[in-house]
Amino acid sequence: MGHTITEKILAYHAGREEVRPGELVNVKVDLAMANDITAPLAIEAFRSMGAERVFDPAKVVMVPDHFTPARDMAAARNCALMREFAREQRLENYYEIGRAGIEHVLLPEEGLVLPGELVVGADSHTCTYGALGAFSTGVGSSDLAMAMALGEIWLRIPESMLFTYEGELPPWVGGKDLILHTIGRIGVDGALYRAMEFRGPVVEELSMDSRFAMANMAVEAGAKNGIFHVDAKTRSWLEGRARRHYREFTSDADASYVEKITMEVSGMEPQVAFPHLPSNVKPLSGVGEVEIDQVVIGSCTNGRPEDMEIAARILEGRRVHPRVRAIVFPGSRAVLLEMVRRGWMETFLEAGAAVSTPTCGPCLGGHMGVLAEGERALSTTNRNFVGRMGHTESEVYLCGPAVAAASAVTGRITHPEEVMG
Amino acid sequence: MTGGMILEGKAWRYGKNVDTDVIIPARYLSATAPEDLGAHCLEDLDPGFARRVRPGDIIVAEENFGSGSSREHAPLAIKGCGVSCVVASSFARIFYRNAINVGLPILECPEAVRDISTGDDLRVDLAAGTIENLSTGKMFHAEPFPDFMREIISLGGLAEYVRRRLQAGGSR
Repeated sequence: MGHTITEKILAYHAGREEVRPGELVNVKVDLAMANDITAPLAIEAFRSMGAERVFDPAKVVMVPDHFTPARDMAAARNCALMREFAREQRLENYYEIGRAGIEHVLLPEEGLVLPGELVVGADSHTCTYGALGAFSTGVGSSDLAMAMALGEIWLRIPESMLFTYEGELPPWVGGKDLILHTIGRIGVDGALYRAMEFRGPVVEELSMDSRFAMANMAVEAGAKNGIFHVDAKTRSWLEGRARRHYREFTSDADASYVEKITMEVSGMEPQVAFPHLPSNVKPLSGVGEVEIDQVVIGSCTNGRPEDMEIAARILEGRRVHPRVRAIVFPGSRAVLLEMVRRGWMETFLEAGAAVSTPTCGPCLGGHMGVLAEGERALSTTNRNFVGRMGHTESEVYLCGPAVAAASAVTGRITHPEEVMG
Repeated sequence: MTGGMILEGKAWRYGKNVDTDVIIPARYLSATAPEDLGAHCLEDLDPGFARRVRPGDIIVAEENFGSGSSREHAPLAIKGCGVSCVVASSFARIFYRNAINVGLPILECPEAVRDISTGDDLRVDLAAGTIENLSTGKMFHAEPFPDFMREIISLGGLAEYVRRRLQAGGSR
């Protein structure tokens, strides 16, 4: 019986020939990451463990991205705590405001995560890096503290689920639609404790940015990780980014999966998740008349160049609906720079959208676009729980960048074709 | 949390997918002290919960409790408001780890969850893994933890476990 890519990466990091689902193993981590929300507790736990030095200053990354630029004095204090720790521990990868970005966009861009590696991050969307053929998963602050102190962590080997996408992706349908559709099908705990492995001809055609968007939301189905195989697209994306050698792992043909799901995507419409669960998904034709107050384009899910390009293409020469606030927040400084260089920035500003520096702010109702009672947002982010973006009586609908941009123009949830003709 | 510990309290019963955004909304995440977080526990699901809950009370919920973010503030908020234990049909994976790591007792037991209503008097024996509904007179057995996790639980959380390993291996 063969092994899945997830099992092989975990076995390698456990120093074992092979591992089987259900086993508990200690694994070496290649990178441990925390942000301004989770680092303060991780630093406290690190100290209470009696640890003095991190296991490797090159392998602990800190990114202030959630309530930054500091939204208030408490947030500023947490950032200061993190900054001091980074200085004390001589961390090689601490990213300051202005040079940073949203962690899950930033780390791959910087070449800090490579195929075959094992990454833990004190943020649930750490699973994003599975797009690169790495094993990465979100943990809490105590687990992160252990990883910082010992360079290892305990993990249960997950059962793997195989998702195969076949057919031809219609226009205006991308990685975000595929993952929303998948979560809608299996539910928010449909992959609980499991690995989601994404394969098939459609996936091979997907851009890296779309793959990141899919792996990013594996946690919304309860998964431990989401993962793709390395191919020519991955290797080419890594050119100029990877500064060290990496290993490519591949699932065996006779690997065992607890579940195999094949999806035909040829007739697929853009997908929208209704409040208040990411699994509450409908195809666009089933949405009906839904007016919106705010559109949010960006985040660790859809804050990459491809997302900005799609949104700019739709907003080019058009105006954001008078009743709507559109907020664009790119995932990193590099994405923001590309927006400037490619002219998308001007498009967004001409259209009447607000453009923010990279931050997680609006996605979790932190700042930079919090919703009032009774307001409704359409967002390219990843969660639409009760109160996620603000008041408990506000609503969040999730979608990809094309639907978000088109809807910003019409003021209601709209198929991009209606705007583009 | 030590072996043999008996917990007694009233049940607070909730449904599926109680996510970390309702357990402790992001607007409070600048705080780190359990008592500060506890003052807002479950605020967006059951306003006033933190004022009404009594020390020792037990949260009982259906599938996928603690889904969403990796914030360790969630189990800390639950501990901070005095809740002694969470019984659920299943837990989201990061919450599961975080609860064990910060020493919040959790038990997975769908049968108990089906039987329990808000206000029922419960008795939980952590060592035996039993949940007794004193109001209905029924007894339930939770999923036992693997040995490795029992070790972390018996040490009161991950910090002590790592402290011992660091001491054994020489401090870094």
